[in-house]
Amino acid sequence: MSDLKLGFPGNEKNENFETPDNVAPPWDATTKFSVMGKPHPRLEAEDKVTGRAKYSYDIRFPDLIYAKMLRSPHASARVKSIDISKAKALPGVLYSEARQGLTVRYAGQGVAGIAAETEEILDDALALIEVEYEVLPCAVTVEDAMAPGAPQVLNGPNVGGRPGRGKERVDAVHKDADIVVEAEYRTQVQTHSCFETHGCVCKFDDDGSLTVWASTQSTFFTKTAIARAARVRPENVTVITEHMGGGFGSKFGADDWDRFCVLAARATKRPCRYLLDRRAEHLIAGNRPDSIQKCRFSANKNGTLMGAWVESWGTAGVGRGAGVQNPTIYRFRAAGSEQKDVRTHAGRGRAFRAPRHPQGVFALEGMIDEVAFALGMDPLALRQKNDAHPVRSAQWPVGQKAIGWRKTPRGNGAVKIGYGCAGSRWGHNARPGDAVRCRIGKDGSVLFANGSQDLGTGTRTLIAILGAEELGVPLSFVDVRLGHTTDPYGHASGGSVTAPSIAPVVKQAAWLAKRELLEHIAKKIGGDPKKMELTDGDVLGGKKKITFKQACALLPVDSIDVTGDSRNVFRVPRFSREVAGVQFARVAVDTETGLVKVQKIVSVQDCGQIVNELTVRSQMLGGVIQGLSYALFENRLLDRNTGDMVNADLLNYKIAGARDMPEIETIPFNVAQGGTTAGVSSLGEPATVPTAGAIANAVSHAIDARVRSLPITPDKVLAALGAL
Amino acid sequence: MTLRRIAKRLLVNGEEHEVSFLPHRTLLEVLREDMALTGTKHGCELGECGTCTVLLDGEPVLSCLVLARECEGREIETVEGLAGASGPHPLQHRFAELNAAQCGYCTPGMLMTAMSVLRKTPAPDRETLRRELAGNLCRCTGYLKIYEAIEMAAEDLQDG
Repeated sequence: MSDLKLGFPGNEKNENFETPDNVAPPWDATTKFSVMGKPHPRLEAEDKVTGRAKYSYDIRFPDLIYAKMLRSPHASARVKSIDISKAKALPGVLYSEARQGLTVRYAGQGVAGIAAETEEILDDALALIEVEYEVLPCAVTVEDAMAPGAPQVLNGPNVGGRPGRGKERVDAVHKDADIVVEAEYRTQVQTHSCFETHGCVCKFDDDGSLTVWASTQSTFFTKTAIARAARVRPENVTVITEHMGGGFGSKFGADDWDRFCVLAARATKRPCRYLLDRRAEHLIAGNRPDSIQKCRFSANKNGTLMGAWVESWGTAGVGRGAGVQNPTIYRFRAAGSEQKDVRTHAGRGRAFRAPRHPQGVFALEGMIDEVAFALGMDPLALRQKNDAHPVRSAQWPVGQKAIGWRKTPRGNGAVKIGYGCAGSRWGHNARPGDAVRCRIGKDGSVLFANGSQDLGTGTRTLIAILGAEELGVPLSFVDVRLGHTTDPYGHASGGSVTAPSIAPVVKQAAWLAKRELLEHIAKKIGGDPKKMELTDGDVLGGKKKITFKQACALLPVDSIDVTGDSRNVFRVPRFSREVAGVQFARVAVDTETGLVKVQKIVSVQDCGQIVNELTVRSQMLGGVIQGLSYALFENRLLDRNTGDMVNADLLNYKIAGARDMPEIETIPFNVAQGGTTAGVSSLGEPATVPTAGAIANAVSHAIDARVRSLPITPDKVLAALGAL
Repeated sequence: MTLRRIAKRLLVNGEEHEVSFLPHRTLLEVLREDMALTGTKHGCELGECGTCTVLLDGEPVLSCLVLARECEGREIETVEGLAGASGPHPLQHRFAELNAAQCGYCTPGMLMTAMSVLRKTPAPDRETLRRELAGNLCRCTGYLKIYEAIEMAAEDLQDG
């Protein structure tokens, strides 16, 4: 029986754990790392800064053709007729599709498609398609879709969702509590706005096999979906994603337009490209659902949180999935919610970096502040009193110090300075199923291969670091091949599962390869392979010391080629069930113009066992930047009468720019989490969860009036101040 | 309507190329589609995101808003031309080193704008960078690391 030490300095616990014979020994708080945890630039960094990195949009062939779809300008309509004959007669038009009789349920829905020799011919052809619509009434807001006599969006009622449970108990707790606070919070629809739009380039070979260069967060989902849509056997489809320009939850498989692209390529026997234009990207390629959250919270005078009940409404357009993660984080005596998911005539919502969380936490943390003010308590003290999580409990004081927390706002003139904070929780989303190949060549080369993708999050580099660490060689010895579905299976990059899931499998593959290498070498140089180790590029413990490269040269075979999988590497005790984080904000609010300027954000984040300090900080920075953008700027605006998006571009749909950046202090918390042999945690999503809540609380603190609606635009600030 | 291609001599990254292209094509389209220089990225085609920034006679322009035919005889610089014979330019080196590129899609445009800043202002302060980079959007993580990378590259260049 061996001991496993988990946790972080000041809060460690020992767990009994015996490593099975066929499993790489787990890393814990006592492990001395050589490569892990240090800052490493990404392996593909030079390709990205020289323009050599090829994204799907960059894949070219001499005989490439181009596809595009005609999109409905109406949110609700019946297609009475489509006359595509003039378009088809245009020289250079190679393939077309007309969706006669289609019922349009959102603006931007594809009505017809063209593939052509050039993009110019494509645009000319699309302009020649004549569509006669019967325009029908539409409902694009939650209120309109719930109104009596509202048009039905799809079959079945517009309003769905989860019925609430336990309201009686919460009501009873409210009755016993000293104070009850009620308020309504609202959040907007946010579009993913990936800089590389959705889509693919695809090419059939003469033997009927299909290669798809897709901008995707899941090469394997895309492969399955394309195979099904194009009726190609999955084993004849290869999906390649070497680099991709942003996904954030919106790129999980093949879409309608990918299917059209593949059909055009097959019909014409020519490679075909279809990546969405910017307008379509906003309209149809995903968004974070909005929310209306009616909250009723109660507490006792001593600062004990009592009851929390949230009733919410939101829309994911024609899809489902609107809901909020609220209440959560804090200990209530009784808590619950009822969440209504309302269909509207708008593009389908998709997973967006921590679905349900930022919007839920914005309202939750606003309510916690409101309870604190009603009690006359410091809002931070109220949080600490009601937060039992071991990691967050340690993080609150760290953030408090870094931001210079103040109970009273500053500022004498028109500009007021306020402070706010918010917490987050996420799961340790390690999932079995990944497999990683490790090949060590006689020439000393080391390759790790997996078929999943690197969104820019740094997966390729993470695999190299984990592999180098377990093998005991310098990082520079290791190569990684990622993003080809011909390699072993890897999960979709969603739910922040990628790093925690693949880490123990990389470790396992490296360990298996190392054991095999040492057994070969023991026979050559003498020694007990079980007592031999590879450390910093040297083989130690044998009859003589040799380097890794010398050892490889002694191999009696061309290469060692093993595949590690997820069996047995997940059965490791865990330190805590949550990934914990807190953020603090300091903002300056001009009370004359209503303009909010974020001055500083402090992000203190549980990062599990840190693999790469540089990408950990990048994820934390990125989470804050997107959260700030959500808090202050982003807002999909639909015309209530036509249902069309009026700001489907990047000028009027504002995302945070260089001038909007505050000082951001990232404080990664390294926690030996266990849970797998690698102990690596989820990070990408939790890092963005608390930002909007912290900023909103800081704004309210500064102006002594609450803005309960995102984005916090100047008009809302002035309205809260009674100046409008 | 069939349009005839026009032939123009374009000076790209110090080399003159005879390129034939449709007369209405933007510089972005000609670089990417007719010259296979895909380092310059396509973001919005509306002049809003800065992703397609290149230098024209040393000034940053949005190549999606410039007609290629108007670039004859002018000096065009793209990300492919930044590296020299001795390897990546200090700007590229610092961007890579600091993780100023995450997904990397906005990076070529950022680099080109940064290059023009450094030529005009060898030691730019933060406020200058905030102003000059305001037209280049990033969706992942870039801005702060991008500032730091440019500032460090500025020091590298001054140190020679």
